Amino acid sequence: MHHLLPEVEKICSMIVQKKLVYSKYDEVGVVLFGTEETENELTMEVGGYEHVVVLQNIKVVDGDLVETLKKIPRGTLPGDFLDAIVVGMDMLIKKYSSTNKGKKRLCLITNGLSPIKDPYEGSKEDQVNAIAQQMTSHGMKLESVVVRESVVLDENVSVMEENDRILNLFPKRTCAKMVFVESSTSLLGALKTRSISPVTIFRGDLEISPKLKIKVWVYKKTSEEKFPTLKKYSDKAPSTDKFASHEVKVDFEYKSVEDANKVVPPEQRIKGYQYGPQVVPISADEWDAVKFKPEKSVKVLGFTDSSNIMRHHYMKDVNIFIADPGDQNAILAVSALARAMKEMHKVAILRCVWRQGQGNVVVGALTPNVSDNDHVPDSFYFNVLPFAEDVREFQFPSFSNLPASLLPDEEQQEAADNFVKMLDLAPSDKEEMLQPDFTPNPVLERFYNYLELKSKHPDAAVPPLDKTLKRITEPDPELLAKKKSAIDSLLRHFEVKQNPKLKKSMKRMREKPSGSDEEDNYRRITSKNKVDLIENGVKVEKIGDLTPVQDFELMMSRRDNPEWINRAITEMKNKIHDLIEDSIEGDNYPKALDLLVALRKGCILEQEPKQFNDFLHQLCKFCLEHDLRSFCDFLASKGITLISKTEAVDSDVTEEEARNYLVKREAKPE
Amino acid sequence: MELDPDDVFRDDEDDPENEALRQRASSKELVVYLVDASPKMFSTNCPSEQEDQKDESHFRIAISCILESLKTQIINRSYDEVAVCFFNTREKKNLQDLNSVFVFNVADREFLDRPTAKFIKELSRLEEFFVKEIGSQHGIVSGSRENSLYNALWVAQALLRKGSAKTADKRILIFTDEDDPFGNIKGGAKADMTRTTLQRVKDAQDLGISIELLPLSQLDREFNVSLFYADLIGLQGEDLAQFVPAAGERMEDMKYQLRKRMFKKRIVRKLTFSVANGVSIEVHTYAFIRPTVLGSITWLDSVTNQPIKIERSFICADTGALMQEPPKHFQTYKNQNVKFSVEELSEIKRVSTGQLRLLGFKPLSCLKDYHNLRPSTFIFPSDEEVIGSTRIFIALHRSMIRLNRFAVAFYGTSSHSQLVALVAQEEIIDSGGQVEPPGMHMICLPYSDDIRHAEELHSGTNAAIPRANEDQIKKAAALIKRIDLKDFSVYQFANPGLQRHYAILQALALEEDDLPEIKDETVPDEEGLARPGVVKAIEEFKLSVYGDKYDESDNAGHKKVSEASKKRKALADGAVQKSAQYNWDALADSGKLKDLTVVELKFYLSAHDLPVSGKKEDLVKRILTHMGK
Repeated sequence: MHHLLPEVEKICSMIVQKKLVYSKYDEVGVVLFGTEETENELTMEVGGYEHVVVLQNIKVVDGDLVETLKKIPRGTLPGDFLDAIVVGMDMLIKKYSSTNKGKKRLCLITNGLSPIKDPYEGSKEDQVNAIAQQMTSHGMKLESVVVRESVVLDENVSVMEENDRILNLFPKRTCAKMVFVESSTSLLGALKTRSISPVTIFRGDLEISPKLKIKVWVYKKTSEEKFPTLKKYSDKAPSTDKFASHEVKVDFEYKSVEDANKVVPPEQRIKGYQYGPQVVPISADEWDAVKFKPEKSVKVLGFTDSSNIMRHHYMKDVNIFIADPGDQNAILAVSALARAMKEMHKVAILRCVWRQGQGNVVVGALTPNVSDNDHVPDSFYFNVLPFAEDVREFQFPSFSNLPASLLPDEEQQEAADNFVKMLDLAPSDKEEMLQPDFTPNPVLERFYNYLELKSKHPDAAVPPLDKTLKRITEPDPELLAKKKSAIDSLLRHFEVKQNPKLKKSMKRMREKPSGSDEEDNYRRITSKNKVDLIENGVKVEKIGDLTPVQDFELMMSRRDNPEWINRAITEMKNKIHDLIEDSIEGDNYPKALDLLVALRKGCILEQEPKQFNDFLHQLCKFCLEHDLRSFCDFLASKGITLISKTEAVDSDVTEEEARNYLVKREAKPE
Repeated sequence: MELDPDDVFRDDEDDPENEALRQRASSKELVVYLVDASPKMFSTNCPSEQEDQKDESHFRIAISCILESLKTQIINRSYDEVAVCFFNTREKKNLQDLNSVFVFNVADREFLDRPTAKFIKELSRLEEFFVKEIGSQHGIVSGSRENSLYNALWVAQALLRKGSAKTADKRILIFTDEDDPFGNIKGGAKADMTRTTLQRVKDAQDLGISIELLPLSQLDREFNVSLFYADLIGLQGEDLAQFVPAAGERMEDMKYQLRKRMFKKRIVRKLTFSVANGVSIEVHTYAFIRPTVLGSITWLDSVTNQPIKIERSFICADTGALMQEPPKHFQTYKNQNVKFSVEELSEIKRVSTGQLRLLGFKPLSCLKDYHNLRPSTFIFPSDEEVIGSTRIFIALHRSMIRLNRFAVAFYGTSSHSQLVALVAQEEIIDSGGQVEPPGMHMICLPYSDDIRHAEELHSGTNAAIPRANEDQIKKAAALIKRIDLKDFSVYQFANPGLQRHYAILQALALEEDDLPEIKDETVPDEEGLARPGVVKAIEEFKLSVYGDKYDESDNAGHKKVSEASKKRKALADGAVQKSAQYNWDALADSGKLKDLTVVELKFYLSAHDLPVSGKKEDLVKRILTHMGK
């Protein structure tokens, strides 16, 4: 359990941190079990309950509690969760007795691998029953989170099964819930960190026909928890003012467009609606008199095959329809319909007007949600569907009509199939990864952690995303490593490259080693690009004698294969070499200089400084050896230098070295 | 600069203010309606569809068709431009000053311009002044060289010179019942006129103008396209036979089009979709389904009807000083104000630098019905920047469909990030064309904090929740079979509130007297539900589930209500009694009401059925008002 405690610390402190923002008067206590020490009231009063420590008595949440929860002491012994539940329950009863019904909550986090002691009398079942009864009578809820990260070894299996059985008794006996999680990420999402009291958005009849109405309550099933709205800060108040609110009021003034000084009072404002180029003023009263005013009702239009509803047509957050809890027949009716719909793969189409006076109707699909827990009634999910106006008629090409060059061949399809199969987030033998029900919102987690950090260090920078949260935003490296062969095969079968016609892709695919096997490269380029060349008309493949500089530049700018750059540079070098060698009394020097300048420029542009620098070294050596020192002098006089670090980062020549290179050469023979 | 942290969480695609701008930028349509106004158009009568109504002339049919089309257009695509032009008229009005052609227009509007309410209105009362101001007269008479059809086409073409062919779609629509316009001309002159007219049409077509014909058939004789117009609009073979019936349908379509703002296909975002180990492909996203909102609203000054501008100012709550947009925000936490700069806030939200990152795949059964938060976004691959994208995308798409899997990915932009499901959608085509395009739909998944467990709320009791038995399920199945909507499609319902809104807007803008009736298509089929078979299935289901107590349980509901109201009544009675113990008049006169406690004040209020909310002062004031003092 120890290696999980960092995550337990995170989720527990997060609960308290959120309480500090949203429900400042909530009270929280902390009980540890499996500790060396024993420290609880029950052990003093009745004995037993060893190795259970009350780390924090129940108190109103505060900053210290966050600190406490961030440093949970590590225990040394196997813990008895049943003892801990009793201690926690005792604390709640002593503090509140039977008041605050329904607001008392026990959260148990355990791996459930340590054996629990046999009770002094009766069986473990009896003990659970007794506890459950107490909980019910005091209106407490129990939430158990059981963390199972890896496969349990043989000797522990029986203990684990026993514990699971015992924990599973609670949901049957009282208001309790139990979840299993297998990863630290889902542990972070396993407990509700913010409690929101549920509100019905509709109570009334689900009308199947005027003769058949079922009493239902409608709640929200999903609703996005938004990033908190922060207040604007004003620094205008003097620092001595201890009671300054520092708040900023935002004031809106409505002014006439023509006269900026004329303020239009609110009652004089009227809404204008666009009709073609005109704006038609219509007052609220006028609208009210004529606008669409449907009666409050929820009516079934009919049932249809679930295949008629596309998953992507769901428009909004989801509602849940539950039968009126006080009406047994309604519960039966919902149950019968839900089960029949599930069997027949049908959905119901509904027309809903939740409130009287609502200006519009909602049409949506009701889908069955059959419960497998005896204590949870069957229900329906409701998703809003679009109206004809909401669906935009965009046309896209059929995949089958695309040219074959854009379609995968059989081998590629196989690689993709394999990839989709292998990169499985819901393997049959393990927990489904990234299940929405257990996945925390990384942005909100990050915000509240940063808030806590800033409350202590106002100038702290935003810390990087927590490692556990990265499992949500990035692929799991473990999974990637395990399925490497499938991924590699996919990558082998498919080629992606930047479109050469786009300038953005200036520096791409340059990693290939250059210099070796140039002959080979030549051949590769020519064969590979033959088709390409024919299609694109004139493309420079060689540096000619007439316009060598232009040819070189064109070749360097070709993007269809990175080898063109190497080839251009090599050709250019040869050309310069030839010119110098063939020159009589330096007549070719200016031309060679032009080429050398072009080469230098090209090498800087393409980030190939080494090519040029090596060449210049080579050239100077050649000149000295063949009594062509005059060319070196000529270059020095024209200010040609090596490519320095400042011009191209890849160069290992400093600016000074670069400047002095030819000068030094000059001096040497003397 | 962000104004509101919530604001950044909003998708940039649903920015209503930008919508108008974007529409203006996208391509628009320029249409010239050419209406034959020859005497024949007025004399022939067509039996109208409804038998009790009078016969209508072809001219009137053409005008009402244009009117309906304009009324739709002004809402759907108000940036499109139109001109209405009559030919075979007595008077002439056109830029070229050609005979027999009259371009209809109203003040403050170019000949070819956006439709306005005034334009539509004037056109609707055209008949009142047509004879006087425009007049009908055959434009093509033997012996004269005048060719009104040629002139009309010329005028239309000149009008359509506006706007480049690249950004605008240009069309000429001809309404006529004369299938042989040069029929009464003899010999060489006829051939000559035919030739010059066709040449004129060809010139127009070369300029990118498409010409369409909406023929109006006589009662006894169908419009014969092959006499002249087949050449003009370039009809051949099978199309020729199909043309007249198809044109009839088109005219019906023009009249009964849905009022619906049109959106051009537009890429919302270009995304990098990273598949694995640094390999990324390029995809584009499209807003395929979005709730339609009413058109933009402008605040006006009701006195002058001039638009109002809204000015926002920031005032320091402590000092009352006017200030600039504050650079910092704060959250009260542990009794202190924790300050955040705008940069820090956006840094928190930037959790993923990649834009769409594949995390893995799951079977479709893992995607539950409640895993939804907002409308989906459509994804289609593109090779524009990254070559090879389409191929990988299609391979994955096919694998996902074959293996019944969806992809889980993390979608992160600088301001918003979300765990998403990518569901592959196969192309669906029916006779009318593409119903569902091929691609993937990106569905926002909720996080654990977004999911609520309302169904567990009422499970506190020990007793197991009742479940339906086999018989009840069977009866429910029978009922479901009875009330079946075959071929249901989400496209079938128009939004009644929206349609009503447009209808009212139109009526007010055009100063029409009566509101057009909008049919609410979303009401259940009461007649169908009253069929004996359905009623029988319902009764059997009721008997199976409710026994013979259905009506009782219905009454039970009422009883509950009455119990609650009884309680309320008892309270009120108590209040009346207690209230009677005070001399309210005397207290009010002596100003001693304020000396009473709130509880005491409430006796009076409850006894007189007045609201009991508010502060003490409000209560006193309310009592005094009620007593008339």
